[in-house]
Amino acid sequence: MDRILLSHGGGGRQSQKLVRELFAKHFANHTLDQFGDAALLDFDFRTPSPESRVPQLAFTTDSYVVRPLEFPGGNIGKLAVCGTVNDLAVSGAEPLWLSCGFIIEEGFEVAALERIVASMAQTARDANVSVVCGDTKVVDRGKADGLFINTAGVGRCISKKSLSPNSIQAGDKILLSGTIADHGIAIMAARKELTLETPVESDCAALNELTNAIMEVAPDTRCMRDPTRGGVAAALNEWVENTDTGITIEEGAIPLNESTRAVCEMLGFDPLTVANEGKLLAVVPTAESKAALKAMQSHVLGKNAAVIGSVTTDNPGKLVMSTSFGTTRIVPLPSGELLPRIC
Amino acid sequence: MKIENIDGVTATVSAAGSTIAANVMLLDEPAIGEYVLVHAGFAIKKIDEQEAAETIETLNKLVDK
Amino acid sequence: MKYIDEFRNTAHTKALAKRIADIAGDRELTFMEVCGTHTMAISRFGIRSLLPKNLRLISGPGCPVCVTANDYLDHAIALARLPNVTITTFGDMMKVPASTSSLTKCRAEGADIRIVTSTTEALTLAHQNPEREVIFLGVGFEATTPTIAASLMLAYNDKLTNYSVLAAHKLIPPALEALLGGQLKLNGFLLPGHVSAIIGSNVYKPTLAEHNVAAVVAGFEPTDILRALAESLEQIVSGNYAVNVEYRRVVSPEGNTKAKAIVDEIFESCDTAWRGIGVIPNSGLRIREDYASYDAAKKFNVEVEPTREHKGCKCGEILQGLCQPSDCPHFGKSCTPDNPVGACMVSGEGTCAAYYRYG
Repeated sequence: MDRILLSHGGGGRQSQKLVRELFAKHFANHTLDQFGDAALLDFDFRTPSPESRVPQLAFTTDSYVVRPLEFPGGNIGKLAVCGTVNDLAVSGAEPLWLSCGFIIEEGFEVAALERIVASMAQTARDANVSVVCGDTKVVDRGKADGLFINTAGVGRCISKKSLSPNSIQAGDKILLSGTIADHGIAIMAARKELTLETPVESDCAALNELTNAIMEVAPDTRCMRDPTRGGVAAALNEWVENTDTGITIEEGAIPLNESTRAVCEMLGFDPLTVANEGKLLAVVPTAESKAALKAMQSHVLGKNAAVIGSVTTDNPGKLVMSTSFGTTRIVPLPSGELLPRIC
Repeated sequence: MKIENIDGVTATVSAAGSTIAANVMLLDEPAIGEYVLVHAGFAIKKIDEQEAAETIETLNKLVDK
Repeated sequence: MKYIDEFRNTAHTKALAKRIADIAGDRELTFMEVCGTHTMAISRFGIRSLLPKNLRLISGPGCPVCVTANDYLDHAIALARLPNVTITTFGDMMKVPASTSSLTKCRAEGADIRIVTSTTEALTLAHQNPEREVIFLGVGFEATTPTIAASLMLAYNDKLTNYSVLAAHKLIPPALEALLGGQLKLNGFLLPGHVSAIIGSNVYKPTLAEHNVAAVVAGFEPTDILRALAESLEQIVSGNYAVNVEYRRVVSPEGNTKAKAIVDEIFESCDTAWRGIGVIPNSGLRIREDYASYDAAKKFNVEVEPTREHKGCKCGEILQGLCQPSDCPHFGKSCTPDNPVGACMVSGEGTCAAYYRYG
C-alpha cells in the first residue's frame, strides 16, 4: 500500500488495518491496543498489580469532516460535540470536558461559523459538558473544504463494572434506542448532487443521560455502542466477530421510519449499514433487560427503544437476521466507503 | 415509484413521502399518477397495476389453499 | 411502499416455500439466476433459507462489471490520466483490479474520477464544466444501456461537445446461447427482470426453444423469486418447457419499444469478449459511426498498457456456473471485498462477493 485511499477513513476493515499496521505499530501501548471507543485510564498506572486497578478517567477524540456542513437535524459542530460525548458515555463514563480544534478554510463565512459554534455551545450545555480549551487554524482557500473540526473529550468513569464486548454471553438481549439510518439518509439528501427531497432528519444527539439511565437499572450491562459509520450491522458484527457467540436479530423489531426506509429502497442501501449519530445499542443480561428497556423508553431519546434480538450460540461469529417475510439471512460486516464524509 | 410531476423529460417521482427526479424520455406518454420502475435515474417501464393486483390475488389464493 | 411491501409477505413466502418443496420432492435440480441483481437479491433476502437442500441456485454471467475484461478498465484508467478529463462511473467499477491499477488507486494519485448514480449526473457535470471532458464508463446490460443511449441522445441534441462514453455494453440473450452450448447442466433459468422489461420476453424464445430447460422471467422481490422457482418446477415436472413471465406487472412480450429504438439509434451490435467465456458473436454494443464524436474510444488517442489477467482467479469459470467461489484458490484468502483479486469479489452483484458476505 503506498497511498491512502478514501476507504481508509471509512471506519471499516481498511481503517482498522491502517490503525493497527501503522499507528498502533508506532504508538504501541497497552491502552491503545484495547481499541475501545474511549481510552480508560488511571493515574496509578505506574504502580504494580494492573489487574486490581479500576480506571478513573475516560479519554477520546474524533475528527469531523462531514459534508455538507449543515443538514436537517444538525451541523458539523453539533455532531462534533455529540460524537465525542457519546464515545465517553458508551464507555461507562460521565462526559465532563471537551477540547475543540477548528481548521477553517480562508473565505469561510463568519456568520456560518458563528451559527455552528452557537449550536455546539447549546449542545454542550444540554449535555452538561464544557468546552474548556481549543485551537484555531486557517488554511488557504481550497485546502479545507469549508471547515474541519476535531474534538477530544475527558470523562469520569462511573460504571460499576467495566463495559467490554468480552463480557457478552449467550442469552443476553440486544437493545436499540430508536429508529435507524436517519443520519446517513439526511446527509445524502442534503448533498446537492442528488435531487432527493425527504423529511428525514439527522438523529444527532448526546446520549449520556440515556446511558446513565440504563446503567442505573442494569448495572450488569455488558457493553454499549453508538452505531455510527457502518450502522447497526458494523457494530453488532464487530461484537461477535471471532468469538464463539453469534447474534440473531428480528427485522420486524427494528425501529425504522417509513420515510427513511423508502429512501434506502430508492438508493439501494440496507438501513442496517447506514450511519446513526444519536442511537444506542446495549447488550444487557436477560434479567435486567426489561428494566433497561423501560428506562430507555422513559427518556425522549429512547421513546422508540426496542429489544431487537439476542446473543446466541448458533452461528458463532456471525450476525443473522430473521426477515419480516419469513426468511433468515446473514448480515455481513459492511465494507468500503459506502457513504464517505458522513461524520 | 409514483409520478407526481412532469417537466419536459424530468419527472418527480415519490415513494412514502420522499421524492427524487427521474428522466422519463424512455417512456411513451408518461402521466401523473402512474407507477414506474426507476433504474439509474430513468423511468424504464410503467408498472401495470392490473397485473400487480392479479399477482397479489394469485398469491393470496395460494395461502388459502 | 407500494409494489414492494406486497411482495414481501410472510404468508406468501411460506406458502410458496411449501409449494416448491412439494413439487420438487427429492429431485436434485440446478437453476441459474442469470442476472447479478438476482444474485444479490437471493442473498439479501435469504431465499436459500426457504429452499430444500436438493435445489441448487447458481449464479451466471449477469454481473456487467464481472464480465468486462481488464482491457476496458485499463483503457478507462489511461483516459483518466489525461489532462482535463473527468471520469464518471457507477460505483462498482471503482475497486475492480485492472492490469496494474484500479480507478480507486488512480483517483488517489490525482485523477478526477467521480461516482454517479445516473448518466444525468454526468451530463450535468459536463454542462457545468465546459472546460473539462466528461467521460462516462458505459457498462451494463439491456436495463442500463437505454439510460446511456438516452444521455448520448440528449448530448447530441444539446450540441454538447465535452461529453462522451467509453462503451462496453453487453447483451444477455447471446450469453444464454453460449451457456447452453457449453458444458453446464441446468434444469432452469431465472431470467432477468429489468433487462426483460426493456427487451420483452419474446426475445428469449428462439434461443431456448431447442432446449429442455425451464425459463421464467422473475422480478426481484422475495415472492417474485420464489414464485418464479415454483413456476420453473412446474415446467420441469410437466415437461412443458416454455418462457414464462412471473414479473407480469413489469415485463411484456415486446418490452419497451421506445427504449429499444433509442438504443438502436445510438448503438449497433458487435462481437465482444466476455471474461472467462471468450468472444461471443453479436453480444456487445458499440456506438454507431454517426455518433463517433461521443465515443470516447475514438475521440481520445491514448496508449493502453498491455492487459494482464490475474493468475489463478476463477471468475471466468464462476461466471459460467462451472464452479463455485469456494473452488477458487484466492477466495476468502488473498481475495476479499477489501482486497479483491477479481471483479466477482468487488462488484455489488458479483457471485464471490455475495458468497463471501452472505455465506
